[in-house]
Amino acid sequence: MTALTKVVIVGAGPAGVRAAQMLVRNGLRPTVLDEASRWGGQIYRQPPLNFERSKKTLYGFDAARAESIHSTMNGLLAHVDYQPDTLVWNAEGGQLDVLRQGQTATVPYTHLILATGATDRVLPLPGWTVPGVFSLGGSQVALKFQGCAIGQRVVLMGTGPLLYLIAYQYAKAGAVVAAMLDTAKLTDQIVALPAMLQQPTVLAKGLYYVGWLHSHGVPLHSGVQPVRVLGESRVSGVVWRDGQGEQTVACDAIGIGYGLRSETQLADILGCRFYFDDLQRCWLPERDDVGRASVSGLYLAGDGAGILGADAAEWAGERAALALVADTGGRLAPKDSARALMLDAKLAQSRRFRIGLERAFPFPVHWAAQAPDDLVICRCEEITAGDLRRTAQATGTVEMNRLKALSRVGMGRCQGRICGVAAAEILAHCTGQTIQAVGRLRGQAPVKPIPFTVSEPPALGESP
Amino acid sequence: MSDPLHEPGLLVRLSEAGRERINFRLDGQPIDALLGDTVLTAILTHRATLRQTEFSGESRAGFCLMGACQDCWVSTESGARLRACSTFLEPGMSLVTQRDSLS
Repeated sequence: MTALTKVVIVGAGPAGVRAAQMLVRNGLRPTVLDEASRWGGQIYRQPPLNFERSKKTLYGFDAARAESIHSTMNGLLAHVDYQPDTLVWNAEGGQLDVLRQGQTATVPYTHLILATGATDRVLPLPGWTVPGVFSLGGSQVALKFQGCAIGQRVVLMGTGPLLYLIAYQYAKAGAVVAAMLDTAKLTDQIVALPAMLQQPTVLAKGLYYVGWLHSHGVPLHSGVQPVRVLGESRVSGVVWRDGQGEQTVACDAIGIGYGLRSETQLADILGCRFYFDDLQRCWLPERDDVGRASVSGLYLAGDGAGILGADAAEWAGERAALALVADTGGRLAPKDSARALMLDAKLAQSRRFRIGLERAFPFPVHWAAQAPDDLVICRCEEITAGDLRRTAQATGTVEMNRLKALSRVGMGRCQGRICGVAAAEILAHCTGQTIQAVGRLRGQAPVKPIPFTVSEPPALGESP
Repeated sequence: MSDPLHEPGLLVRLSEAGRERINFRLDGQPIDALLGDTVLTAILTHRATLRQTEFSGESRAGFCLMGACQDCWVSTESGARLRACSTFLEPGMSLVTQRDSLS
């Protein structure tokens, strides 16, 4: 480790904060770039300063973890260069382009830890663009960050542990949860139990939510196929299908999601090699067991490089930081060497648990076959499933970036964050290929919209 | 301050309702919200719409609430654009959800 080592961490969720903590403990002073205005990431997102709910109310069983992340970062502020409200919109070897309060700047680095987190993995259904339909994660943000429910009578649908957690949080906060609609079957969850016993406390939390929701009369329907959202100018209900045929429930808001997807754009722009992850059904940047990417000096930690959950994100953040210290010639304290071994074991256990979770809440692989032609896939530019199928068939397109060039799917403001998963499913299905074979949308700078302002050069004769 | 001209908003306040009130303008009308509200919360507690799409003109009210989907951009009366989910409301802001509300 030399005085020239300049470490930057992107993200201040569980992975970013633990990475910062471990670097500081080993004598480094990292820069932490946070797109949010306060640290915590999405899972431990902090409400604005004048809000009063306790951490127990905000984070439930995870209050102690949230408190630990928040207080750890608070204690690190004097030892790191923390930059909130800072979007990293481009990255090149050794330098990040950032946007903060409308101003661009560059941040140099010799070593970079990407802890960019995740957003909801979404599959559209007819009517999902009607006001009142939000992502599951967005539904949680409304409650946690703003003290609001997304509606008076809320339906939560899709699949994944977040479905049950948010239903519990909503019901506990006093909202009416009209129904939980899970595309997974109860039998999926039963066969997943052995693998989920890898993390019995996490499993116990999940079972508690399910039991609480049941005892409080929140209706749960499993093995459903979502059919359509009702309502024109706002949501009035949702239709789904199960073994008993089509059913309707009245509601004025819907939260929808099918697990999470990683924010991999910066890893992509920096040239990381990607591999296809069969378990998560997506392309992910390669990382070794301790978090080294395929690009020298670059480390990946947390859900931004594959979904393992918040606890694993903390461990991965610490582990990547320890690897970075060792890679830069630092000598780990004996207790940190021992800790590295413990973290490796916990991360391996998390990967086994993830196998169980994916089995319990499987991706609905038949979704594309059931998607009607007039279903809007791309919210930004209103491109439908039929548009994608016609484009693929008329032009012989078999790959995602070509489909983007020809149809504009993934070219709108979200850059494929919302539509990318669904578009790949549609292309794979209509061309008879695997999801792996259609590839992935390449990351492009700026990774999020930035204001485009042109300043006038000083007139001749004037000093600048 | 109620907003009798419009139907109820989408979002429902469940807690944290004792915060300081701040005033802003929405489609030319004075209206209020709470300090610490995002622009999205301030609007959607009064309305069911943030914007109309550039293509079909359909109403949208955001989706992800975490700065990913870009479906909650709203305009100010002066034409500046804000991502509603990740911008805090400031007293005196003048926001527009209807293209023709000021014409």
